[in-house]
Amino acid sequence: MAAVQETVDRVRSVDVDAYKYGFVTDIASDKAPRGLNEDIVRFISARKDEPEWLTNWRLEAYRRWLTMAEPDWSRVHYPKIDYQNLYYYSAPKSTPGPKSLDDVDPELLKMYEKLGVPLRERAILAGVEGAGARVAVDAVFDSVSVVTTFKEELGKAGVIFCPISEAVKTHPELVKKYLGSVVPTTDNYFATLNSAVFSDGSFVYIPPGVRCPMELSTYFRINERNTGQFERTLIIADAGSYVSYLEGCTAPQRDENQLHAAVVELIALDDAEIKYSTVQNWYPGDKDGKGGIYNFVTKRGDCRGARSKISWTQVETGSAITWKYPSCILRGDSSRGEFYSIAISNGRQQVDSGTKMLHLGKNTSSRVISKGIAAGRSDNTYRGQIFAHRKADHARNFTNCDSLLIGHECGAHTVPYIETRNASAQFEHEATTSKISEDQLFYAMQRGLSAEEATALIVNGFVRDVLQQLPMEFAVEAQKLIAVSLEGSVG
Amino acid sequence: MATVITVEKRREDFDVTAVVTSIQSSAETALGKLYASLPKGVGAAGVARARAFARFERSGLPTRRIEAWHYTDMRSALREAYPLAFDYAMNPTRGLRIDLIDGAAPDDLGQQTWPEGLRVRALRDVLAGAGDDLAAKIYPDQGANDAMVALNAAMSGDGLVIEVATGARIETPIGVYWRSGGVTPRSDFSRVLVLLGDGAHITLVESHAAHARTQRNSAIVFHLAAGASVEHVFVPEFYEAESHVATLIAELGECAAFNSFALIAGGGLLRRQIFARCAGEQADVAFRGVSLLGGKQHADTTLVVDHAAPHGRSRELFKHIVTDGASGVFQGKVIVRPHAQKVDGGMKSQTLLLSDDAAMYNKPELEIFADDVVCGHGATVGELDKDQLFYLMARGLTKAEAEALLLDGFAREAIEFVSNEDVRSRLETLMSDWLESRPS
Repeated sequence: MAAVQETVDRVRSVDVDAYKYGFVTDIASDKAPRGLNEDIVRFISARKDEPEWLTNWRLEAYRRWLTMAEPDWSRVHYPKIDYQNLYYYSAPKSTPGPKSLDDVDPELLKMYEKLGVPLRERAILAGVEGAGARVAVDAVFDSVSVVTTFKEELGKAGVIFCPISEAVKTHPELVKKYLGSVVPTTDNYFATLNSAVFSDGSFVYIPPGVRCPMELSTYFRINERNTGQFERTLIIADAGSYVSYLEGCTAPQRDENQLHAAVVELIALDDAEIKYSTVQNWYPGDKDGKGGIYNFVTKRGDCRGARSKISWTQVETGSAITWKYPSCILRGDSSRGEFYSIAISNGRQQVDSGTKMLHLGKNTSSRVISKGIAAGRSDNTYRGQIFAHRKADHARNFTNCDSLLIGHECGAHTVPYIETRNASAQFEHEATTSKISEDQLFYAMQRGLSAEEATALIVNGFVRDVLQQLPMEFAVEAQKLIAVSLEGSVG
Repeated sequence: MATVITVEKRREDFDVTAVVTSIQSSAETALGKLYASLPKGVGAAGVARARAFARFERSGLPTRRIEAWHYTDMRSALREAYPLAFDYAMNPTRGLRIDLIDGAAPDDLGQQTWPEGLRVRALRDVLAGAGDDLAAKIYPDQGANDAMVALNAAMSGDGLVIEVATGARIETPIGVYWRSGGVTPRSDFSRVLVLLGDGAHITLVESHAAHARTQRNSAIVFHLAAGASVEHVFVPEFYEAESHVATLIAELGECAAFNSFALIAGGGLLRRQIFARCAGEQADVAFRGVSLLGGKQHADTTLVVDHAAPHGRSRELFKHIVTDGASGVFQGKVIVRPHAQKVDGGMKSQTLLLSDDAAMYNKPELEIFADDVVCGHGATVGELDKDQLFYLMARGLTKAEAEALLLDGFAREAIEFVSNEDVRSRLETLMSDWLESRPS
């Protein structure tokens, strides 16, 4: 009893204002005027030297967006967003492409240093060959990729890893073929907006039969004041290939809410596998929930080929509002989708996240493990859809979503949609909501652990299933973030 | 009613011009006319009913765009609204059986001899003289925002008011039989209010019979004072209703207990919706049911259990067997309000799909605002276990027998919680009949 009370007190005492990544880097930036209209869309397209088909693609999306209404079915509340009061394009002051890290703005490097990981790879970049795991980083500073490393080695394997704006020029046939094929421009309000104004993002293509020699990673960072960030990521794993992609985010503290509407599209062809991991730690707002990031993301993977596999892993600790449903379309026969999630909310954060597993092919299987931890005055919702098409014979799903509540002013909600149109489909769903069990605490303490250690052990155990899914490089940072969000207060 | 908003946006100044056009479906228009033809209610009840209709008019018939109606589109299901069946035909009332013919209560309720502590009146006799307190009991806040509940409140001119006095324990089951009064197309609306005093007990069997051209909207509202308990059973017999929205609302006081079971079989579109609120501490609710769906049936069970006080307990267990082109829906929501600590909630929905055209939609929700609770839900969907079938067939059972045995075992788990033996054996017979006549 005492231990739990202590945990609650300590969690409460973690001042969310003490967000340790809240700092602003001062770099002159080049931005489009405030507001959104066709001219802005054309401006963005022109700035990026895009071919005409892409400009038209954007304009079509913009026109479509005008006819759409902002969705209101999710369990999040926020003041109305004034889309005309945002900047839709901002690029760091352009110097002609940095040749090496030395050429990169030292302010930028300093910022990455504050972030700690994974630009720790600077050591590797500096030439420490074979220094353990290697990670290629496509660093996104605001909206433009500034540094792309390891390109050469990846090139040897035939892997294309570059900013999408570059891919449009160097590999137009691939971009044209796959862009918008998983998340069409008409998909939803935020995805459509993204299609119209997306600034940059990563493009990955793994050729047939290639196992990507290293973990690929993008580091997002929202920096410019009042900048909406509209990332667009496209990953294609050709037949028999494998890639693991890491995405991590931290953002500086600021007063006004920032809109973030990214789109991620994954395509796995026959026998290919994509593993996509996210650690998200954007500014969650102050104690009263003021100023945090609005995160409206559309992530979707398409298991297009037979026996393909897409696995999403996410650790969500930041943002004032999270609206995010990484999904898998299990189109290929015997394809597999996985979703592992830890969502931690504290302060006034609102999380409405989950997944969609759409079983279309035969013998498809999926697994969903979601762990929600709500503390402070936050609301944490799991919303997931499992769907079996009439032709999805022997589709198989297992879903487990557990919620842990710390404090009596937070809320944990579970909203699964389980839709079965095939008799041979076998779907199982289980969910629990509870606080840390007194019995478990008692048991652990009886064996000599202090109250803090016992609580830490239990919280750790609660999320372990998901942590284990993270690549080594990320697991460290994820644990660190969980510590910052909650566990650090426990010991 | 349902509105279509045409939004026109101009590029230059981004002004939004919204043109709101009302488009009523023919059923909505017909319902408006039916309502207009009803005698205007008087007093507090009259005001509540007028308000309810205004609410219905604003929202119209529910569509898939309403989250709570995601899988049942009432607006497209009700192509037209049948004429109101107001047949105040009198019928003899035997024992503890009360027939509601086309929603109308019998005339001779007052002359009946009821067990001590039980009082039964026709709703039409109560409405006129109802004060604010009674009106608030007849038309509680719970579920009031649901369009079909509002429509029921507005249109129900009759039904029953059943009162069980403090401490009275009525052991004999009371059967309330909803029946159609004739064979012509008809829509009937009725509402039954059941008031239980402290420590009172009642067993109520809600039985529905209807021919194929019946559109029914029935509501039953329970108020349980401290320590009161209710055994409730919902059962359709000779039931072919084209569409039926059956609402159950229960408000539980301290230590009150509500135990409900529903057998669902037959008919076209059935939407059962339950709104239960544990307002007092240590209230205990249980909702269980078996759905046996075949043909083109669509049965939707949607329930909301709202724990507003500490130490509550709720259990839900639903078994669905879906075959042919039928579709089943289960939406269950357990809400635990802030400070409703030590709540213990468990919800389970299990489905066997027996044909490739059958569909099942499950949405078990938890909405929890208190930290010291234990709540869980589980949902499974699958087909009959091939190994179990093989085992039984290897022992000489035909495929049909083996299937029937497994299905019986699957469903029986929920029926076992019905405590009244006579009622339970009647339910078991109905279930076996269905299983035996099941098209394979």
